[in-house]
Amino acid sequence: MDSAWSWLDVWQGYVWPLLVMAFWSVLLLTLLLVIIAFLLLLDRKVWAAVQMRRGPNMVGPFGLLQSFADLLKFVLKEPVIPSGADKGVFLLAPLVTAVLALAAWAVIPVSENSWGKWVMSDLNVGILYLFAISSLGVYGVIMGGWASNSKYPFLGSLRSAAQMVSYEVSIGFVIITVLLCVGSLNMTDIVNAQKAGIGTKLGLPNSMLDWYWLPLLPMFVVFFISALAETNRPPFDLVEAESELVAGFMVEYSSTPYLLFMLGEYVAIVTMCALTTILFLGGWLPPFDVAPLNWIPGVFWFIAKVVLVFFMFAMVKAMVPRYRYDQLMRLGWKVFLPLSLLMVVLVAGILQYGVYAQ
Amino acid sequence: MTLTPLFFYLFAFVTVASGFMVVTARNPVHAVLWLILAFFNAAGLFVLLGAEFLAMILVVVYVGAVAVLFLFVVMMLDVDFAELRAGFIRNAPLGAIVGIILLIELIMVLGFRLAGPLSTAISLPIPAAGSSVTNTEAIGRILYTKYVLLFQGAGLILLVAMIGAIVLTLRHKEGVKRQSIAAQSARTPAAAMHTVKVASGTSTVPER
Repeated sequence: MDSAWSWLDVWQGYVWPLLVMAFWSVLLLTLLLVIIAFLLLLDRKVWAAVQMRRGPNMVGPFGLLQSFADLLKFVLKEPVIPSGADKGVFLLAPLVTAVLALAAWAVIPVSENSWGKWVMSDLNVGILYLFAISSLGVYGVIMGGWASNSKYPFLGSLRSAAQMVSYEVSIGFVIITVLLCVGSLNMTDIVNAQKAGIGTKLGLPNSMLDWYWLPLLPMFVVFFISALAETNRPPFDLVEAESELVAGFMVEYSSTPYLLFMLGEYVAIVTMCALTTILFLGGWLPPFDVAPLNWIPGVFWFIAKVVLVFFMFAMVKAMVPRYRYDQLMRLGWKVFLPLSLLMVVLVAGILQYGVYAQ
Repeated sequence: MTLTPLFFYLFAFVTVASGFMVVTARNPVHAVLWLILAFFNAAGLFVLLGAEFLAMILVVVYVGAVAVLFLFVVMMLDVDFAELRAGFIRNAPLGAIVGIILLIELIMVLGFRLAGPLSTAISLPIPAAGSSVTNTEAIGRILYTKYVLLFQGAGLILLVAMIGAIVLTLRHKEGVKRQSIAAQSARTPAAAMHTVKVASGTSTVPER
């Protein structure tokens, strides 16, 4: 060890930045998980309201603490591991699902103001990172289904692997159309590119008409439906399909491993809601850039939009019957893939030959 | 950051170790899972090199799609381990030859690399770390200008391979009822329903 090396250098160079990073990560994850606990309740309440039920209303006022009661229940139960299961992979699968789902939040920007960008890691290839992480979500399902060593989980996981891989293709093309308009792979740039658009071209102030949902409306719909399929939400929940496969790949899971699967699934859903918000709904930008609305901090608008998209997810779950497997594949490969491919060509052509130049 | 070497050794060690586990794992599904770990750590090495676009594409393409298919196939196979081990001695010389050729090629590549920088015909300046040109942009600039024909040629070959695979596997079975969504949507009450008037006191339904 030479003299330049000292404990102070180590502290300032490694330990302190590490502690700061850990603090922000823990803060983000805690807030995220608390918000998800209430979104889960919202999901069940919306579902109940559509079916004219009350939904959970016993734990806490209006059932607000239901998710926390469920958490305690799952954690305190005994985990049962089937004797025929491949124990290592069986326990690894829920961990993979939960860790990957949470890792996606490292690059999601929730706001930007004079303090800087509200994001853990401002990657240049943020959207690709998110796409890569969400494409890995399939591993939790496959590993869980295979390691259970039982036929329903295996069938469920095979179906789901095909489903998730299929819909990733159209999600990829939708992301490409947005990226063509933005010209950057950075998530913050994607939101900032939506400050001006169709609305400002017409001479209006910055408003929700500038966001990409309007010029890319067909892609917005395709993305929303593909996000439902990618996260295995009803009407595309063929992975679980409780009426035919009992509970799909999760049949053999109980207690905390099951909780991790559910948690990973809901975090992935909220990630997809956040991605929809960033790509099409202008992220943290206020719907109209006028006096009372633009005083509100951006993070509020971000959360409000995420909750709105989540509400749409919940309504779809409550109202639409489950797709049959061949219809699901037909929708993905024969409808969405050609449509999104056509839109990529169309958007690239329009951008190149200048009708809607930035 | 001086943390880079630390992470390099971490990723490199895990890559090599999981590569070793791919070869030695008894269960083929475990072998594929180790392979995925190796891919993942290779992506980590790319990030350390500053090639974050390549790293992400590696994860999306190999880990997210190709390895899923591997896993799919391996899970479906009914593997007989005794038979596999019997074949090992027979196939060992062939495997050894392929391995040795690969090793020699790797040594040659490494030797040329150490002997001097690659000729400018195949290497272009990498944008400096601080410059505004991002990694993705740099790849796009060279791929769509200098190598556009090769790039498009590779794309065409892949397209032909894809069509070939579809042609080989697509079969139209006779006597199977298929759903035609267009025909279903085009159905009207006039075409689907038929009103039958049954006279009072009779039970027989008249023929259409």
